[in-house]
Amino acid sequence: MPDSLLRMTIDISKIRKDFPILEELIHGKPLVYFDNAATTQKPRQVIDKLIEYYYKYNSNIHRGVHYLSNKSTDGNENARIIVQNFINAKHSHEVIFTSGATESVNLVANSFGDRFIFEGDEVIVSELEHHSNIVPWQLICERKKAVLKVLPFNDQGELMIEKLDELITDRTKIIAVNHISNSLGTINPIRKIIEIAHAKNVRVLIDAAQSVQHKKIDVQELDVDFLVFSGHKIYGPTGIGVLYGKEELLNEMPPWKGGGEMIQEVTFEKTTYNELPYKFEAGTPNYIDAIGLGTAIEYVENIGIQNIDAYEQELLKYATEKLLSIDGLRIYGTAKEKTSVISFLVEGIHFYDMGMLLDQMGIAVRTGTHCTEPVMQHFGIDGTVRASFSFYNTKEEIDALYNGILKVCKMFAVK
Amino acid sequence: MTINEIQEDIIEEFAGFEDWMDKYAYLIELGTDLSGLDEKYQTESNLIKGCQSKVWFNASLENGVVKLEADSDAIIVKGIAALLIRVFNNQTPEDIMNADLKFIDEIGLKQHLSPTRSNGLVSMVKQIKMYGIAFNHVSK
Repeated sequence: MPDSLLRMTIDISKIRKDFPILEELIHGKPLVYFDNAATTQKPRQVIDKLIEYYYKYNSNIHRGVHYLSNKSTDGNENARIIVQNFINAKHSHEVIFTSGATESVNLVANSFGDRFIFEGDEVIVSELEHHSNIVPWQLICERKKAVLKVLPFNDQGELMIEKLDELITDRTKIIAVNHISNSLGTINPIRKIIEIAHAKNVRVLIDAAQSVQHKKIDVQELDVDFLVFSGHKIYGPTGIGVLYGKEELLNEMPPWKGGGEMIQEVTFEKTTYNELPYKFEAGTPNYIDAIGLGTAIEYVENIGIQNIDAYEQELLKYATEKLLSIDGLRIYGTAKEKTSVISFLVEGIHFYDMGMLLDQMGIAVRTGTHCTEPVMQHFGIDGTVRASFSFYNTKEEIDALYNGILKVCKMFAVK
Repeated sequence: MTINEIQEDIIEEFAGFEDWMDKYAYLIELGTDLSGLDEKYQTESNLIKGCQSKVWFNASLENGVVKLEADSDAIIVKGIAALLIRVFNNQTPEDIMNADLKFIDEIGLKQHLSPTRSNGLVSMVKQIKMYGIAFNHVSK
């Protein structure tokens, strides 16, 4: 999309004013925040909403008879509907609030695993997964004496989807795979994965922690069984996340955590459980952050996820060309379909050194394994520097990163 | 020189740097110049594995003083390790045990030694102190 067209749809300078943190100085320099894949910054609208609720409406939700409790309950349930519409779930009770994508995966691994995974069964994850979509499955496989199998990726960082068919057997129960890789930025062909899996009666969990903020997701159209994401990566508060699950599956699954709202009736002989979604929401829910997440989603939808994606793709293209012009710089993750994440190393310069020196210039990048050690092992490296862009970033900031890297290279050249 | 005298020296040296680039350029120089650890000492047992960088560290007691060697895959970390070695090398176990490590804060490198940094330096300092205590025990 040409610049002029984008400017009609996205006014970056106006958007930047919505994010107070972007005005901060770091080590005396303007902040360049390129750690968006780890967490995104929050717009004023979200921050104000949290403050408003704590100032005026806070009260524990559900079963309250008084005004404030009803107000908070309404806010929480309204947020659930916002999420439902955002991912186009059939029912609002298919949206379970959790503490984040990690907890959502753990919930499915434990509850689905308890009900459906038995000795000798198989779970498939991909080599591209975040540890949060590996370890919960390892734990359940160990407990159930099931087998964890791995779908590999090629050197561009693309899943070798042609191997999926042969990997699936009649013992395969579920495939858990990310939509977008957090360390390489690869966009995985989840539609195809779901098709292949469903043809063999295998369930699919999609980790959308890195995709809901970039791509429009329609769970009904995808026909996905489970989908998880975190609020803080889509401009919402920390500590709130979502598990979407198909109603019939969630109904068949046992509760994972006990206590609070998840019960219907408790006696010492037998406890009966509440209906969806409350069956999976034990304890006082994080309702204020759920309300904040609702506001964040409204904010994103107001700008338009397609507009966001188009602009971020433009940033990715610009940054990729610019960074590749640096001598000795190698980008890890060169998939055809990528989101605005660039993982790189400069020959002879350790990622920690690069990250520390960029920090001195006010540039925030992430360094290390990005919780994807198997991805690093694939490339035979200990880690990378990762710059991840959001729609509030600018080409000028990418220039700052480019100049920053050159400066670091120069510091190392004169050693 | 005593541990404190060396620390004062380092603080004075760093006070002379005009900006962060000078400071880090010096750390890069220190890291590059540190001879590091002979490969035979780069063993699993000498490795302090942070999720950001690795530090190899070896200590021994010779003629009543502690000999320290260290290495890292990250140059800035290695540069800071060089400073730690400069402070603690050839000191007695007792002095190491009782030392008050203050120069890191004063030269503005505290962030590298925060427990969440995972670069191995925090563990290195802890281990130097532990060796001080252990060797002090042995030499008595």
